[in-house]
Amino acid sequence: MSRARLLAFLGVALLVVATGWAMWWLRPVERLAGDAPPVEEIVVERTELDDEGILLTLRADGSEPVRIAQIQVDGAYWRFEQNPPGPIGRLQTVQVRIPYPWEPGALHRILIITQTGLSFEHVVEVALPTPAPGAMEFAALGLLGVMIGVVPVAIGMLSYPLLIRWGQRGLPYLLALTVGLLLFLLFDTLDEGFEFVALAPPGLGAGTLFGLLTLLTTGILLFVGRWGAGGTLEGVRLATFVALGIGLHNFGEGLAVGAAFTAGEVALAGFLILGFTLHNLTEGVGIVAPMIGRGPRAWVFPALLLLAGLPTVPGAWLGAFAVTPFWVAVCFAIAAGAILQVVIEITLYLLRRYEAAYASPAVLSGLATGVGIMYATALFVPL
Amino acid sequence: MVWWRQPHLLRRTFLLAGSGSILLGALTGRGARGREDAPAAVHGPKIAGLPRDSSGVVNSGLAFGTRGEVDHAANGFDPHALLTDFDYGTVSRLPDGRRLREYEVVVVDKTIEIAPGLYFPAWTYNGRVPGPTLRAVEGDRIRIRFVNGGSMPHTMHFHGIHSARMDGIPGAGEAAPGETFVYEFDALPFGCHLYHCHSMPVKRHIHRGLYGAFIVDPDPERHPDQREVALSRLAGTEENARWQEFVMVMNGFDTNFDEENEIYAVNTVAFAYADKPIPIERKRPVRIYLINVTEFDPVNSFHLHGNFFDYYDHGTTLTPTLRTVDTIMQCQAQRGILEFTFQDHEPGLYMFHAHQSEFTELGWMGFFDVREQVA
Ligand SMILES: [Cu+2]
Repeated sequence: MSRARLLAFLGVALLVVATGWAMWWLRPVERLAGDAPPVEEIVVERTELDDEGILLTLRADGSEPVRIAQIQVDGAYWRFEQNPPGPIGRLQTVQVRIPYPWEPGALHRILIITQTGLSFEHVVEVALPTPAPGAMEFAALGLLGVMIGVVPVAIGMLSYPLLIRWGQRGLPYLLALTVGLLLFLLFDTLDEGFEFVALAPPGLGAGTLFGLLTLLTTGILLFVGRWGAGGTLEGVRLATFVALGIGLHNFGEGLAVGAAFTAGEVALAGFLILGFTLHNLTEGVGIVAPMIGRGPRAWVFPALLLLAGLPTVPGAWLGAFAVTPFWVAVCFAIAAGAILQVVIEITLYLLRRYEAAYASPAVLSGLATGVGIMYATALFVPL
Repeated sequence: MVWWRQPHLLRRTFLLAGSGSILLGALTGRGARGREDAPAAVHGPKIAGLPRDSSGVVNSGLAFGTRGEVDHAANGFDPHALLTDFDYGTVSRLPDGRRLREYEVVVVDKTIEIAPGLYFPAWTYNGRVPGPTLRAVEGDRIRIRFVNGGSMPHTMHFHGIHSARMDGIPGAGEAAPGETFVYEFDALPFGCHLYHCHSMPVKRHIHRGLYGAFIVDPDPERHPDQREVALSRLAGTEENARWQEFVMVMNGFDTNFDEENEIYAVNTVAFAYADKPIPIERKRPVRIYLINVTEFDPVNSFHLHGNFFDYYDHGTTLTPTLRTVDTIMQCQAQRGILEFTFQDHEPGLYMFHAHQSEFTELGWMGFFDVREQVA
């Protein structure tokens, strides 16, 4: 072993021993904490309502295992069964069955009290029976997914012949419009994602993970998109990545809709579908815009439609029957990353192709229109 | 209208209309379990989570209440024992012939289980909440050696007649941790009273558990006109022995310190007398010393099922202040004596509770188990 290595080894060893001694002998943590009670957190990840009452899936977090002492529903103590019973370890989940006679359409407040007397409130906004994962419910949710995901995007893509007639002159405007709508989707995705971050147990570090995953996705897609394309992304290839970004976003939307469905928050289904249709129309326009003047083959259109619209369906299924807020947040992070990638690519394309005109009235008005339409139609979505 | 929603809407419409369970079962594809065995001829709407007993009779109370059992031994006190646990002190005679009662009360910080599995960091008199029920006779000299073994300054402030020096407030009878103070006064007036800590902030010192009952029995010699009544109130007499006397301190606990009570109770443990009813011998009269020390809520109340009672507000009279009522209310620190009998009733479980329903459902509810014989 060289002298330098020996010194380094000794240094590390000395540090480890010194730190260990300090922690063991001086106990700085205990000195600071004193008799402080344990930190506790309980997050309700799923709520299911059925003939037997209320079924909650809880995740606990804290400096020590959390013990549920009692549960109130609507200000009354109610007996419950916890499975598995006993203290809940850090980031572990348990199911709690409360045989409470919940009332269809009513609001119910659940207060979970731990052994230290801390309480965690969970509100069921509108009590509706949780759809059992039967064929009927799968079909209904699948259809809902098609109606809010596939149909509007298809209608938007049907604008292609019209756009061709408009020709190359209108292209900067259309591409800028696409950037505008994608920018809206980006912030919308971030916003929705952070809503689910807030619902996830703090111990999972969902917030930090969200930011990192977004940037990581953007980086990977930027790399994959340009692979073998000679450093440029345009035409059908660009349209494909636009469709992918929108598809991932729609997957997230599907999750949110499915979860809301389970939680009994989808009360105005017709209104919801109308809003999503208007909203997602513009997405179809954004997908076909980069292909104008490129003469894409006919099969490209249905393929891109499925890529952008269909993910809503599995999203709705997963959201209704399986997914926890943490995973919804993860999905939104990936979607945000994918959207950021296409925003970057289209912007670069615009700058490169129409160098002189990037601040032209056409581009600026396109941007404004894209954001404006998305914002206005979002007002129709009650979620 | 979107067609896929219709089955759900249909189901709800039928539910609300109260359609038959057979049709409903067919619609939902789920059998209406237990329904067929139910005694009722009319099938009402199907309700989720509705508990039935083993014979199929509905009982919405089956799943109501707290879950599990409180370890009374670990607490060091049992709510059932507290009902009849009177502390008469150490009795001796003063040189002038008057009776002297001496007590020792020690403040102890102690974590207590107020509902199964729910622990509260209490401040206690003598390790129990409520503190010891001090019982004396009108005119007795009372001497209390008060030892503060807690971590905060504390006092014993008695509701009674005493001098300013003995008031048990900051500046008059407050003991720092480790200190001792001796309170001395005459037991006056007769009645149902209380004591509590009056250190600042009072609200916190009370709600953490520093309170107890202070009962002064009337001296029959001083009430020749109502000698019989006074005798029945005086512990140790033959007349008093007929009565079944219970001390009930209505209290609450704010476990998450948000200035609202998560638990309401009589004598601390939620649903203690619901889970295990209080045995009552049918033929003997019942007297309850009822005291309200609930914090955060301005009033508490007592309601008796299937019966009425006479009420003596503050217990300072020998004739009732209210006759033939089944509900009385008490503001904070208000108290009184309830007298009633089940002698003309059939045996069974007779409920009593606060008639603030929210208190009832958060623990302040119990039963009298009226029987011919109590072992
Ligand atoms: Cu005090």
